[in-house]
Amino acid sequence: MTIREMQRVLNAQFLYGEELADLDVQFVFSADMMSDVLAYGSKCSVLITGLCNPQVVRTAEMLDIVCIIFVRGKMPDENMLALARSKSIAVLATEHYMFTSCGILYENGLRGGA
Amino acid sequence: MSEQLTFTYTIDGNDFTRAGEASSSVKNKLKMLGVGSDAIRKVAIAMYEGEINMVIHADGGVITVSVSDNDITMVLADKGPGIPDISKAMQEGYSTAREEVRSLGFGAGMGLPNMKRFTDEMHIDTELGKGTTITMKVHL
Ligand SMILES: Nc1ncnc2c1ncn2[C@@H]1O[C@H](COP(=O)(O)OP(=O)(O)OP(=O)(O)O)[C@@H](O)[C@H]1O
Ligand SMILES: [Mg+2]
Repeated sequence: MTIREMQRVLNAQFLYGEELADLDVQFVFSADMMSDVLAYGSKCSVLITGLCNPQVVRTAEMLDIVCIIFVRGKMPDENMLALARSKSIAVLATEHYMFTSCGILYENGLRGGA
Repeated sequence: MSEQLTFTYTIDGNDFTRAGEASSSVKNKLKMLGVGSDAIRKVAIAMYEGEINMVIHADGGVITVSVSDNDITMVLADKGPGIPDISKAMQEGYSTAREEVRSLGFGAGMGLPNMKRFTDEMHIDTELGKGTTITMKVHL
């Protein structure tokens, strides 16, 4: 599934990275605890989270994640977006809750990582 | 590479927002040196966990990273409170982090186990009231 397809099915806003929209992604990890992401998400290319602070972008960077999806209407600030831009990490934001977001992506064929 | 390269970073213990900048810098440098992506990811994850620990548990410290032909060595030295029981601290899920740290997405008690998992060698040297030095190696 491409980043653009994820954006469409989640009714998400593209906050950064329209030029990355055609990237194909396979494995997804969802968590609010960044240490869990670091422990179990090392094969993943997408991070779904309800946590919203600069360490989310840092964590994504360490794992070479290409897209972060913020759920529950969380909006990253300009600092976080600047960091994402400098690392070429696409950023989406959806109003859906975590469970619903993951359910929608799963239904559309995306699977977990690890 | 024949000679050994060393990078040193001072970590500010009062700025959670900037935690991870050193790990990010090392990641970029290793990429430029042509180190393989698997080794880079291991170093990045282990160093980032250690850097975060320095900020949330030890009021900052100094990280030295050396790159040789055979391995990458990270030494994280702080003058924090020390770790009273290393085997307990190494258990997944053990954390003394405050609620405030948890709300920032850390304090799951996964950092030290992750550091061990993603490195080939890890040694913790700690003294109560004096500080902690963690040495980690990733083989190339
Ligand atoms: N540099 C340090 N100085 C003093 N205590 C430390 C240090 N690093 C870790 N500890 C102690 O060891 C415990 C376990 O550390 P670990 O990194 O595994 O978990 P955490 O930092 O609490 O949570 P997480 O890493 O999941 O965010 C910490 O809660 C803390 O009590
Ligand atoms: Mg930790």
